[in-house]
Amino acid sequence: MNRLARREMMGAVMFGLTGLCTLVTISSLFFVLGYLVWHGIGSINLDFFTQLPKPPGEVGGGMANAIAGSAEIIFLATLIGLPVGLLAGVYLSEYGGQKFSFVVRYATDLLNGVPSIVVGIFAYALVVVSLGHFSILAGAVALSVIFIPIAVTTTEQFLRDVPDSFREAALALGAPKWKAIATTVVPAAFSALATGMLLAVARIAGETAPLLFTSFSNQFWNLSPNQPAASLPVMIFTYAISPYRDWHRQAWAAGLVLLALVLFINVSARLLLPRRVFR
Amino acid sequence: MNRSQPASLTLERPAAKVRALVSGDRLAYLITFLFAAGVLLLTALVLYELISASSLSRNKFGWSFAFTQVWNPVTGEFGALPFIYGTVVSSLVALIIAAPLGLGCAIFLSELAPPRVSGALTFVVELLAAVPSVIYGLLALFVIVPLLRDPVEPWLTAWFGFLPIFQGPAFGVGFLAAGLVLAIMIVPFVTSVSREALLAVPRDQKEAALAVGATGWETTWTVVLPYARPGIAGSIFLALARGLAETMAVTMVIGNDPKIASSLFAPGYSIAAVIANEFTEAITNLHISALIELGLVLFLITAVINGLGRLLMLAIGRTASVRV
Amino acid sequence: MTAATKSQSSAVKRDTIEPAQTPRKLSVSHLNFFYGAHQTLFDISLDIEANRITALIGPSGCGKSTFLRVLNRMNETVKGSRAEGSVLLDQENIFDLNVTLLRRRVGMVFQKANPFPKSIFNNVAYGLRINGLCSRAELPDAVENSLRRAALWDEVKDQLRKSAHALSGGQQQRLCIARALAVNPEVLLLDEPSSALDPIATSKIEELLFELKKSCTIIIVTHNMQQAARISDRTGFFLLGHLVEINDTAAMFRNPTRKETEDYITGRFG
Repeated sequence: MNRLARREMMGAVMFGLTGLCTLVTISSLFFVLGYLVWHGIGSINLDFFTQLPKPPGEVGGGMANAIAGSAEIIFLATLIGLPVGLLAGVYLSEYGGQKFSFVVRYATDLLNGVPSIVVGIFAYALVVVSLGHFSILAGAVALSVIFIPIAVTTTEQFLRDVPDSFREAALALGAPKWKAIATTVVPAAFSALATGMLLAVARIAGETAPLLFTSFSNQFWNLSPNQPAASLPVMIFTYAISPYRDWHRQAWAAGLVLLALVLFINVSARLLLPRRVFR
Repeated sequence: MNRSQPASLTLERPAAKVRALVSGDRLAYLITFLFAAGVLLLTALVLYELISASSLSRNKFGWSFAFTQVWNPVTGEFGALPFIYGTVVSSLVALIIAAPLGLGCAIFLSELAPPRVSGALTFVVELLAAVPSVIYGLLALFVIVPLLRDPVEPWLTAWFGFLPIFQGPAFGVGFLAAGLVLAIMIVPFVTSVSREALLAVPRDQKEAALAVGATGWETTWTVVLPYARPGIAGSIFLALARGLAETMAVTMVIGNDPKIASSLFAPGYSIAAVIANEFTEAITNLHISALIELGLVLFLITAVINGLGRLLMLAIGRTASVRV
Repeated sequence: MTAATKSQSSAVKRDTIEPAQTPRKLSVSHLNFFYGAHQTLFDISLDIEANRITALIGPSGCGKSTFLRVLNRMNETVKGSRAEGSVLLDQENIFDLNVTLLRRRVGMVFQKANPFPKSIFNNVAYGLRINGLCSRAELPDAVENSLRRAALWDEVKDQLRKSAHALSGGQQQRLCIARALAVNPEVLLLDEPSSALDPIATSKIEELLFELKKSCTIIIVTHNMQQAARISDRTGFFLLGHLVEINDTAAMFRNPTRKETEDYITGRFG
């Protein structure tokens, strides 16, 4: 049975090979995390969170303005994108006419596929050119363009998952359609929707390219939506490609903070909120 | 529906109550319809802005834009070829590495690993897709590039230097660095979509193979993989689209030199990278317009590839899903 | 073994009546089967004669399919399944044999036809190729042979390169039989092979089984008592994971020993 032995050995070899592929892939995540911790943890101190950046070449300073700037841009982007995505998703799932829905879905898919740098171009053309300067608002608009298709697809997907019996039960009791949706369908899909939205927030939190020429950057504090502001991802980029050692050090710290934030949202959203729609 | 209304009101004005109900629904329909239309309009607006803002450059260069090698902001000559080349080359390098790696991973997770282990590991792989691009860039710049400079690229030249792709000085930055970092970034896409395609293969296909004496691996290789081929191909297209559009990590390690070179060690440029680097510093309208035209080109390329990928994925019954 | 008495307690016990002296192809002895902690087969013992058709009947969920799948160890594809007891194929314990080799000797045809999305030729040739059973030159003859044994050759001989899915349901099932036969199994297990087919397709399959038993030992699980009565030599009745009674078919249907058997056969429950 030499042939059989060969066949079974082939199976064992492929188990090992594919397992190796998995090992390589998995370990790259741990490598990224570990390396960031190693290089960045030393620079995570109070200064980092409270100080403004120092001019290039000078040692010290922090990224307080970038953290605040990121927070505000993300907040505004979610404020714009979530309702738009949610309501459009409700339309597609609950009301949609055949042809119109198909077109909207196709458009959503197209929008989803726009490279993030091109989204930045769009927001530049729309907001920066009109206002005449960079601004938090432009950055928020850019990020919302990324947020919206995710929100639409998430909403439609999870609302569709809710069985029709929910809707029919409410309708049979005399509720108008909108109330039936609001009181039975949306709550049933709530945790799934929340997970999806949180993941979308984590996604835009990490985006750099769309901010490069919309919210741009700022050495100082700025919370006004009408002015440019520093953001964490842009700072990481700027500092990393600079020739200054101290800026590299701070880039690691900022990277660690950003990654920790993004991973925290991802892990907790996926673990704590069950993705399955409550039945 | 219980309403604490005086009986007289409800009895006397049932028509009003019906009207109220109907208008509530009508309003809800209108609002959601408007937002859905809004998304449609937004997409159209994006396209419109791209097309109109690039008109200066499009009208000046026409189709030759795609085939011109020169990129000179000073003299006002702009051509997309070096960037298209760099985008395609770095993505291809990435795909050559990521496709087998991701597929191997997918096979292990769907067919070979015990279920609970597989679930946990799939979760970790999906987390990889959530890591921001600039973080990958950070690591690529400070870990991959120095490693490539010494010892990897010299080693490759020593052993495979007869191939033009492994010739030339070892800067560290260049197409190879960009391809490597892109590979890590797109592997999770190949893995998760391929894994779903493999899991979608019906059980009775596998049982039919086992029942005539095929081993587990033979079943996977000769029955499951061919069955899942459209979905796997779809995953590769989607991963490719992702790689083409990738900006930050590539910008940080590709070398930022708008030249076409045959060696992977040479510095190059990608569409996304040049836009990222030059947009805020462009002075002339023509320069900005050319950059925007590049953006339009990139959008069109990724839209086509994404579209093909989605078509293939219909084969595994996966509707337009949230991009991780 | 003593013939059982007619009056029974509520516990379901099994009876067998010794078959005439034909060689025993399969010998099952005190087989118990578990999915995790849940037991689905209880103390099954029976003998399957060579070159005969043995039918297994019983209501849904009685364990007959589970039992069938033990015979070629297909149950092992489900994690957490466990079999205790002995199953002897020609005096060898199947749990000691290499499972790949076992499945070449004990083939299976499934309830719903499941041809591969390949050509008709490649479906039949699959088992031959993967086990290296014949050379490339010999393949066409081997494929033709299997298709003839499955009574499908005349209908497909001009379209061997066509996709298997172009065939009708009944033809696809016969293709699956041909695929199983290609590796020359000694035993063929059929799990309700015609439950999804119309009467004409069903009768074609029944006819070919009749021919096949000359070269093969056949065990067929069926929901259809008339089918069992038509084609089988011996019939076993399963109920709630127990083998209640097994006997020559004619005797079983005319004169069932156990009340449960009689109730099932006469349709008092299904």
